[in-house]
Amino acid sequence: MLSFIARRVGLLIPTFFGITLLTFALIRLIPGDPVEVMMGERRVDPEMHAQAMERLGLNKPLYAQYFDYIGQLAHGNLGESLRTRTSVWSEFLNLFPATLELSIAALLFAGVLGLLAGVIAALKRGSLFDHGVMGISLAGYSMPIFWWGLILIMFFSVSLGWTPVSGRIDLLYDIEPRTGFMLIDTLYSDDPGAWLDALKHLILPAIVLGTIPLAVIARMTRSSMLEVLREDYIRTARAKGLSPVRVVFVHGLRNALIPVLTVFGLQVGTLLAGAVLTETIFSWPGIGKWLIEAIGARDYPVVQNGILLIACLVILVNFVVDILYGLANPRIRHQR
Amino acid sequence: MSTHNTMIAALLGLSWLASAEAASTLVFCSEASPAGFDIAQYTSGTDNDASEPIYNRLAEFEKGGTLAVPALAERWEVSDDGLAWTFYLRPGVKFHSNTQFKPSRDFNADDVVFTFTRMLDPQHPFRRAYPSEFPFFTSMGLDRNIEQVSKTGPMTVVFRLKHVDAAFIQNLAMNFAAILSAEYAAQLLAQGKPSDINHQPIGTGPFRFARYQKDAQIRYRAHPNYWAPERVKLDQLVFAINTDASVRMQKLRRNECQVTLNPRPADLPALEQAPGIKVLQQAGYNLGYVAYNTERAPFDQLPVRQALDMAIDKPRILKAVYHGSGQLAVNAMPPTQWSYDTTLVDAPYDPEKAKQLLRQAGVQEGTEVTLWAMPVQRPYNPNARLMAEMLQADWAKVGIKANIVSYEWGEYLKRTQNGEHDIALLGWTGDNGDPDNWLATLYSCASIGSNNAARWCDSTYDRLVTEAKHSTDRATRTTLYQQAQQRLKQQVPITPIAHSTVNQPVSIQVEGFVVSPLGRNSFTDVQWVD
Repeated sequence: MLSFIARRVGLLIPTFFGITLLTFALIRLIPGDPVEVMMGERRVDPEMHAQAMERLGLNKPLYAQYFDYIGQLAHGNLGESLRTRTSVWSEFLNLFPATLELSIAALLFAGVLGLLAGVIAALKRGSLFDHGVMGISLAGYSMPIFWWGLILIMFFSVSLGWTPVSGRIDLLYDIEPRTGFMLIDTLYSDDPGAWLDALKHLILPAIVLGTIPLAVIARMTRSSMLEVLREDYIRTARAKGLSPVRVVFVHGLRNALIPVLTVFGLQVGTLLAGAVLTETIFSWPGIGKWLIEAIGARDYPVVQNGILLIACLVILVNFVVDILYGLANPRIRHQR
Repeated sequence: MSTHNTMIAALLGLSWLASAEAASTLVFCSEASPAGFDIAQYTSGTDNDASEPIYNRLAEFEKGGTLAVPALAERWEVSDDGLAWTFYLRPGVKFHSNTQFKPSRDFNADDVVFTFTRMLDPQHPFRRAYPSEFPFFTSMGLDRNIEQVSKTGPMTVVFRLKHVDAAFIQNLAMNFAAILSAEYAAQLLAQGKPSDINHQPIGTGPFRFARYQKDAQIRYRAHPNYWAPERVKLDQLVFAINTDASVRMQKLRRNECQVTLNPRPADLPALEQAPGIKVLQQAGYNLGYVAYNTERAPFDQLPVRQALDMAIDKPRILKAVYHGSGQLAVNAMPPTQWSYDTTLVDAPYDPEKAKQLLRQAGVQEGTEVTLWAMPVQRPYNPNARLMAEMLQADWAKVGIKANIVSYEWGEYLKRTQNGEHDIALLGWTGDNGDPDNWLATLYSCASIGSNNAARWCDSTYDRLVTEAKHSTDRATRTTLYQQAQQRLKQQVPITPIAHSTVNQPVSIQVEGFVVSPLGRNSFTDVQWVD
């Protein structure tokens, strides 16, 4: 097992360097530098431009800038945003809880509904419900997030007035950020309406972000359940006279869940990618919006390190999944 | 306060609280997160908006206008040679306080000296501790023109200039000239936290900074000791940050915010009909134009420029690109700018005459030119691509084949500054309310390589605008600028297309909000009404 973990860790190192090189190069391929972008149509005084580039360390050759960057990383320093002049790490820490809160809510929504719909569709194979679930999930999977978000806002927020349009809480509640998770921070508030308001703000963004994972999970659960329900042990369980609920949920779903859990793991990447758009539509102050703005402003340290942090997160989740698989399945562990 | 929250508050027996809050808190749906609050470091409208409630300047633009009027300086005098400006400061002005700073004194000359010497002197101790650039200060030429800023009394400051600059007072009314507290800066320096000047701002403005959550909100509270207390009518001001224009409009409709900005032209008809909303309008202090690269053949010939100019069907462009929300531009600056020459008229739209002029100039039928279209939406040009396509169609009628070219915005600006284009679409929004910011900044010889995309250098024109800048008499300046506009109109280095109208939707319950031609969102004098 230890050699298995060592092999996996060994793979992480080149992946990490690959990401640093890729983000470093990609953001620099976009024309324009941070000083020019800031000035827009205004004249960039050459002297001021040179002075700013020197202060930001951007006048050095590219390879020197890259080595500086790696050197900083080696010291655990993620640098400072060129635009706001605050540390990238502190900005990430301030914004990430919002993304995490939204992602957890989206995953909960997708997981619970997806499993339920998938199981029922499998049990009622060929029925109207089955075709409905499959059709809707295909539509959900193909839905452009931006359009879907705006449609939901128009319907639920504007026409029906059930949910707020955007943000994390009504701005008349002045909530002191403690954990960064609004549903927790509002519990410290004296105003009992604040928690409910935060929850209302979470509903639509979670639905929008959870739509694609919901579709994937529902389809995966259905096909996995169909496979499992054909197994001999299910037939045996039924023959033993176990209740249908016990057969489906204890013997069937438990085994069908293994491939579904893999999909859950893979959805972390999808969620973080979807968060970029969802956060923009709902003015959700998370890392997606942060990165979009940083790209526009050519804020190199934010783009490089923000993407690196997200990539590390995805790598970490996949690493844990790999290890868990290794633990669960000796055949994977011993593969070379 | 939104309806549902009012209901919740009422259910909880807190209706008195809800109404008290509603009466005194105003939410402004802003469009982006500011980079910081040390406004001298920044240039964008978003940064200006975020710092506007916190600071005052020696002079400020009159509400809804472009004229600089006294603010932290009660009055000022200019020496006969126009090189010394003496400012007499307003007594009894209090700075804000926060958890780490309690001012021990009122605003005085030390604060003005600190504010400007930090920008002037790269060796200033504060600047050495917190290195920064001051792009607008540099861009307006103040770093090169101010020789010295000195305190001649506790409440008197003298600025000595190297050259006469008639726009000087207008420049001091711009956001970057916000007055900082020297005492706060000294404290931050002593504590080794100079960057807090950017994140925990202290000013003398009508609202004090309370909290900023990036991409979410900025909160301000009324400054209890503001020097003009009758002008602060809100207890709390909140900026709700929403990058998407559609979402901002939906929030306004639901009364989740009461003032917003930059609606999409397509949303305007619905907003104008929406109950509870009024759309305030102001003739835009901007100009979208077509610049001919006069250094390149055949645009170095006046008849060619005249021909292209008269071949453009401007009203059609105004309708399609600006959705009618703008006015046709005739001059090289907007009509709201003092010294605008109202006597000038456009050459009539005449493709036949244009063809004739082109033939006489030796331009062959089917001549290919590059027409550069901006890749971004700007206040002065909401759809440059469409405008380029319409120009392409207009010029095709006179035998000119325009190939549309576009680059990423930063690259576009750099390449047009280098003169790589034949014809380029560009524009400008005025900075300081002075004609010099248009006529010299955009069309003078000195601006070639920067903002003069036509690369037009005309000695007669240059003499007029230089002379105007060096005179402090407004009547003389007006005459000179009008002559300059006439010269420019005759020489056609650009074709002015349109000035877009600034639309600002606000709740009908908001009173006292005025659209600024300079795009400033100020909340002094703003209040709720039933």
